[in-house]
Amino acid sequence: MAKLTLAGLREIREREAKKIGKREIHGRDVHVIVAMGTSGIQSGAKVILNYIADIVEEKGLDNVIITQTGAFDGVVEPVVQVYSKALGLVSYQGVDKDTAKKIVEETIIGGKILEDKKIEIKDGE
Amino acid sequence: MAFKNYILVCGGTGCESSRSDLIYRNLIEEAKAQGVADEVQVIKTGCFGFCEQGPIVKVLPEDSFYVQVKPEDAKEIISEHCIKGRPIVRLEYGHVEKKAYEEVEDIKFYQKQERIVLRNCGSIDPENIDEYIARDGYKALEKALFEMSGDDIINELKIAGLRGRGGAGFPTWMKWNFTKQAEGDVKYVVCNADEGDPGAYMDRSTLEGDPHSVLEAMTICGKAIGAHQGFIYIRAEYPLAIHRLEVAMKQAREYGLLGKDILGSGFDYDIEIRLGAGAFVCGEETALLQSIEGHRGMPQPRPPFPAVKGLWGKPTVINNVETWANIPVIITKGGKWFSQIGTEDSHGTKVFALTGKICNSGLVEVPMGTTLREIVFDIGGGIANGKKFKAVQTGGPSGGVITEENLDTPIDFGSLQRIGSMMGSGGMIVMNEDDCIVDVAKFYLNFTVDESCGKCAPCRIGGKSLYNLLEKITQGKGTQEDVEQMHTIAHAMQKGSLCALGQTAPNPVLSTLRYFPEEYKAHIEDKKCPSGKCKKLIQYQIDPSKCIGCTACARKCPVGAITGEVRKPHTINSQVCIKCGVCKDTCKFSAISVH
Repeated sequence: MAKLTLAGLREIREREAKKIGKREIHGRDVHVIVAMGTSGIQSGAKVILNYIADIVEEKGLDNVIITQTGAFDGVVEPVVQVYSKALGLVSYQGVDKDTAKKIVEETIIGGKILEDKKIEIKDGE
Repeated sequence: MAFKNYILVCGGTGCESSRSDLIYRNLIEEAKAQGVADEVQVIKTGCFGFCEQGPIVKVLPEDSFYVQVKPEDAKEIISEHCIKGRPIVRLEYGHVEKKAYEEVEDIKFYQKQERIVLRNCGSIDPENIDEYIARDGYKALEKALFEMSGDDIINELKIAGLRGRGGAGFPTWMKWNFTKQAEGDVKYVVCNADEGDPGAYMDRSTLEGDPHSVLEAMTICGKAIGAHQGFIYIRAEYPLAIHRLEVAMKQAREYGLLGKDILGSGFDYDIEIRLGAGAFVCGEETALLQSIEGHRGMPQPRPPFPAVKGLWGKPTVINNVETWANIPVIITKGGKWFSQIGTEDSHGTKVFALTGKICNSGLVEVPMGTTLREIVFDIGGGIANGKKFKAVQTGGPSGGVITEENLDTPIDFGSLQRIGSMMGSGGMIVMNEDDCIVDVAKFYLNFTVDESCGKCAPCRIGGKSLYNLLEKITQGKGTQEDVEQMHTIAHAMQKGSLCALGQTAPNPVLSTLRYFPEEYKAHIEDKKCPSGKCKKLIQYQIDPSKCIGCTACARKCPVGAITGEVRKPHTINSQVCIKCGVCKDTCKFSAISVH
């Protein structure tokens, strides 16, 4: 490692703060929940979870937190839920990569609900 | 690929001794085996504080607080939690059927805490300097090196009103200022990490969980007073803390945060570690300096104070670990911010090691002014096993007991002194009704007699004489004159001892005499030990109406003191009985009692 200059130290701080900031779970605006029960994983939820996480990372959406949950009954999996103050809890079923991209771009960034994939699930449980 | 889960595993000494290191390695292995190594980051952190429940594993972003985790649980944490998104309820703190808390901060143990000293403990990997830097680490050093003069730095500490956390509470800025003003080209900075109070481990945990905070603070001090060399005096029995310090110093040197021309400022500074052999007296600053110099650890008369004539006769600042850990935050956030926390007399927070007969033993950091009741009953969860609270011992062998009536005393330097105890370094031992107060005083005195360096007569002879009198009382041979003599000896020790060890050694005796006179009286006049601890004063008896003659006790008795026929009440021969209590523990019919 090279000896640091003032600018070098600040650079490290900025870079590392971003990394470590992902462990800070409070005060995020948007909460994305992916249902990861056995059947969810079977129908590709894992791929969708990774895909969403990668787009969120790529676009640098620091205000988004992604967590996982178990399975839901009577829906077409994979299921992805988005929670924000503005929209409340919105649930989507049968999410494929294409829809996942739309969820990030239109719902998370644009604040618009994708009506064709929307279903009603009352609670996160 | 982006990480989806962050697993924080406690790497403090407490959790490591219950195999948290194996949990850490298993988690990494399992993540690899189950193909999610690039999605799950496993981080070994410093102490979470909730040692009672260790080993602790926290999983983010779900904020699952897993307690008493076993190495075998690693597989399930990865497969269930990280892969399938199902938090493992049975491992969650306070689990009954569902999670007992929404967020970790909601757990009662953490609710009243405010973490300044322990800000990074349990959050970062202490062996990775980048994680320290990420959380505003070395920002205070930047400020100190490029924006502040030595006087500015000292003034900031003055505004903050930081007082030494080693026990005495001397204003930190004054120490620094004296040293800065003292004449001499060579000056030294010393960190006192010779934590020795029984049951105390605040400094150890701080060094284990956040070593860079101490390194940064010592460097800032170097700049403030014009020193270029620092020493950390730490006891050799803290191997993990030493290891983390060594790693931290190596990384800091590689980045040039220690060494020549730090950050291009032209300021040179480095730190060395000195290992102590664990003598309690070496926590006393002049004895500590002697030990660093390679001499026998014996206190020296003051004045001259170390600020004027310290290490190798040079002006020296010596502060305790916890004091150091406060300093980077004060410089970054400003003294004014710090001065608003706590009470008028004592600013900031204090870390306590809460141990003894308490439900939640562990490391707690609270704002000054928090009451003992809040610490013992809200954070500590009250007395374990439904027993009754008796007293709290603060300040270790130099402190005193605090009883029920003073539980609502706000904790700060002044208040504790007024009720005959002291802040001390932060050991807090909770006692219940089963503890004999005379025995407790004897325990602490035994400790100080053992640890006295023997240089001055008041401490060497006074301590032993006090101990002998206590021994006499616990054997039922004490008289009222003995109590008076104890007072005389205690005052002589307070006035005549060379250092704080001898001056404060009588405190446990004086404070127990003050708050529990009736218990001393019971030992002296009635020849009884109310809590049944003092062996010479108790007798085990069998209640013939309860004894069914099962012979279980007679078979367990190591000295054959119990006799009797099968199915008939037994008796204990008190001449033979050694009062070990095995019979009482063995009896299933509660027929044996202590008198």
